[in-house]
Amino acid sequence: MIYGMRISFILNGERRETEVDPGEKLLDLLRRLGCKGVKTGCRKGECGSCTVIVDGKPVRSCLIFAPQIDGKEVWTIEGVDHPIKDTLLEEGAVQCGFCIPGIVMTVKALLDENPAPTDEDIKDALKGNLCRCTGYIQQIEAVKRVVKKS
Amino acid sequence: MDGDVLVDGRPVFTDDIDFLELLHGKILRSPLPHAKITYIDTSEAEALPGVKAVLTYKNVPQVKFTTAGQGYPEPSPYDTKVLDDKVRFVGDRVAAVAAETEEIAEEALSLIKVEYEELPVVFDAEYALSESAPKIHEEGNVASFVEKGYVDIGRAFEESDVIVEGTFSLPYAQHVPLEPHITITYLDEYGRLVIRSSTQVPFHVRRILSMVLGLPVHKIRVIKPRIGGGFGCKQEIVLEDICALLTLRTGKAVRMELTREEEFFASRTRHPAKVRVKLGADRGGRLKAIDMEVLLNTGAYGAHAPTVLYCTGSRPLVLYNKAEAVRFKGRAVYTNLPVAGAYRGYGATQGLAGMETVMDLLADKLGMDPLELRLKNAIGKGETSPIFEELGEGRKGVPQVVESCGLEECIRRGAQAIDWWKKRERGIGVGMALSIQGSGIAMIDMGAATIRMNDDGTFMLYVGATDLGTGSDTILAQIAAEVLGVSVEDIYVYSSDTDFTPFDTGAYASSTTYVSGNAVKKAAEKLRDQILDVASEMLCVEKDALFLKDGKVFVKGDEERSVSLKDIGLRSLYVRNQRQLEASASFVSPVSPPPFAAHFAEVEVDESTGFVKVLRYVVAVDCGKVINPPLAKGQVLGAIANGIGYALFEEMKFNGKGKLLNGDLSLYKVITAADMPLVDVIFVETDEPTGPFGAKSVAEICINGPIPAIANAIYNAVGVRLWENPFTPERVLKALRG
Repeated sequence: MIYGMRISFILNGERRETEVDPGEKLLDLLRRLGCKGVKTGCRKGECGSCTVIVDGKPVRSCLIFAPQIDGKEVWTIEGVDHPIKDTLLEEGAVQCGFCIPGIVMTVKALLDENPAPTDEDIKDALKGNLCRCTGYIQQIEAVKRVVKKS
Repeated sequence: MDGDVLVDGRPVFTDDIDFLELLHGKILRSPLPHAKITYIDTSEAEALPGVKAVLTYKNVPQVKFTTAGQGYPEPSPYDTKVLDDKVRFVGDRVAAVAAETEEIAEEALSLIKVEYEELPVVFDAEYALSESAPKIHEEGNVASFVEKGYVDIGRAFEESDVIVEGTFSLPYAQHVPLEPHITITYLDEYGRLVIRSSTQVPFHVRRILSMVLGLPVHKIRVIKPRIGGGFGCKQEIVLEDICALLTLRTGKAVRMELTREEEFFASRTRHPAKVRVKLGADRGGRLKAIDMEVLLNTGAYGAHAPTVLYCTGSRPLVLYNKAEAVRFKGRAVYTNLPVAGAYRGYGATQGLAGMETVMDLLADKLGMDPLELRLKNAIGKGETSPIFEELGEGRKGVPQVVESCGLEECIRRGAQAIDWWKKRERGIGVGMALSIQGSGIAMIDMGAATIRMNDDGTFMLYVGATDLGTGSDTILAQIAAEVLGVSVEDIYVYSSDTDFTPFDTGAYASSTTYVSGNAVKKAAEKLRDQILDVASEMLCVEKDALFLKDGKVFVKGDEERSVSLKDIGLRSLYVRNQRQLEASASFVSPVSPPPFAAHFAEVEVDESTGFVKVLRYVVAVDCGKVINPPLAKGQVLGAIANGIGYALFEEMKFNGKGKLLNGDLSLYKVITAADMPLVDVIFVETDEPTGPFGAKSVAEICINGPIPAIANAIYNAVGVRLWENPFTPERVLKALRG
């Protein structure tokens, strides 16, 4: 890495100033900064495991470059305490767990925007987050359970 | 048990720890399907600043081994080298580099000069068998061959009133674990080789690498952190050998990870198969003869070829033990395509796809309800089959009697749940299929466990068993907790570190709950005995009069008198007659009790587009006693999801030169949340006398049902039979237009 580009952004509520490489992906920057919950599954924006929230929107962190988040607000699993975490566990939706941080971020972004999603909304939001262990039904139920609780 | 660390995204996976100094390893892969390397020059790559090591066949051990992580002696052929002067598929290893950054490693790969002499190729499994086919390995193109049977099959067919036959083909497919293969190797402070890897088989990795690298076993430590899914493709040495060699060559920590594209062509796949099934029956639907012939394509190397081959036959043939005569002929052949290996279902998926579609054909021909036909012919409690002994895993098996079988109830309850008879009458597309698996490998798989009591009455459970994301650590803790009368929270499970945990063959063959679970149960019972000894001293009561409950030892019939495990822990370590309360036990099973399942699919077929939609899926499963219902349900749903995906979408496609065309997730469709139908999971509990608390396996069995259940439902819906998955709109339309 040839760092040398300085950016400033808010990571999980704290201002961070850091040197980045202009070609560095946000995924790699976040993992370098210790956010290991941001997972590398495909590096092509297809699996959803690296989903983070940038200025309120769910973003595949493998698809954007680190300099693009200059001045923005980024949330990763490490900074998020959300009821979906409990309901995923209650529904048995966590097996290997590799896809789970991405799913939590996707669900948080969905519910922040639309607190009363329909089943179709939930499926639509989750369809970009691949999971090979569970079969998705438990995850959909977990989202419904959060909606019901609130 | 460990779910909270996962939902918080804690750093528990292989790649989640930082190293101060870490080299990055990359592999140069063959652009050709079959070629001899005539010239290789690495000097420019080696001269590139930042490059620390370059490996080719010229400077690595030329030991032949199998990458299949199986028990010793492995049934799979020793046909693979770390690096060879011959490449056998597009993506085969040519050379490897370790460099300071991934970018430098990539650049170094591009500086390696290779000249090849192209060799004639074979991609088709049937062609591979012909005399004129080019030889991929010196020994020929047959990686495994088996022919077994009982009673004269010819006569049984002659005596049959009805004979049906069909051949079902299944394509290449990949496991797609969300975490690709990843390995980090380094030397510890004593110069021992440490392999931190996403593997299902840490002890086999250690044993096989010891042989390949020429290092004694005690100089190698394999650590398995949390795994992001495996499904069989991590029952294999895919990176560990190269990564270890790069560390030994440089003395430095080296990290290697497959890209998603590499995961498709360079890890492992399901064995593509052609399964021909011929059935003879009397008019009443009693099977007289089953003739089954299987051709597996094992790709360039024979990892798991014999064992998958045998299971392709053994599972469906055990299921229909009523047949008077049986013949099974199977071959697994090499081709110049990616390497097949272990994949959830392990041959049973292929075998049952053939058997269960042809059973549906037979029911149709007999004018019989498919349920009725199954009930008449399927194995039941107290029964056996010669196949148990004839077809083991790549060798002879062991005779056994089925001691628990809820199949009849699975069929009945599943049929009710999907409203079978009404829907069949109304012509709504419903189809069904049975599935079966084993629970570990009889007389081969061994699991061991050690349990140690702490000062405060909590426990450390050490297991070689390898939780690959199935929750098996939790299951094993539950089993220990049940025996010791404590809650699961009082047990900490430390698993899969070859330096510290006892041996276990690993997480495959649906073995962990059954095999490792039995080991944990035995160890816990031994430790319970020791605890009762101390309690007996403390309470001045005979051991027989004591029992464990809620973290205490009570006197039977006088529950006012008790002593806490904490007091027992403190006393045994510090106060009187001091000793470490600790027990170890091993378990190897003389049998592999099959779980059973009945699958029901309801489909809608758009006759204008050929699009098949699964509207509803019901699966009724007998996995013995269900130890952890949410985890068991998770295994069932995950297997059904993967099975439906393979039935409808998943297929690796190659061009005429053996190059994979859809090796990424935008082109290879994996089932998503939006595609999942409603699935009802019904557990039909039975009590398996040999299982821990009555349990059998549940991890693999359900992936075997969706292909035949959906194929049969499509037939029921639109009257055409499909003999090749996935059932894409194109294939369905073609069948509809006849």
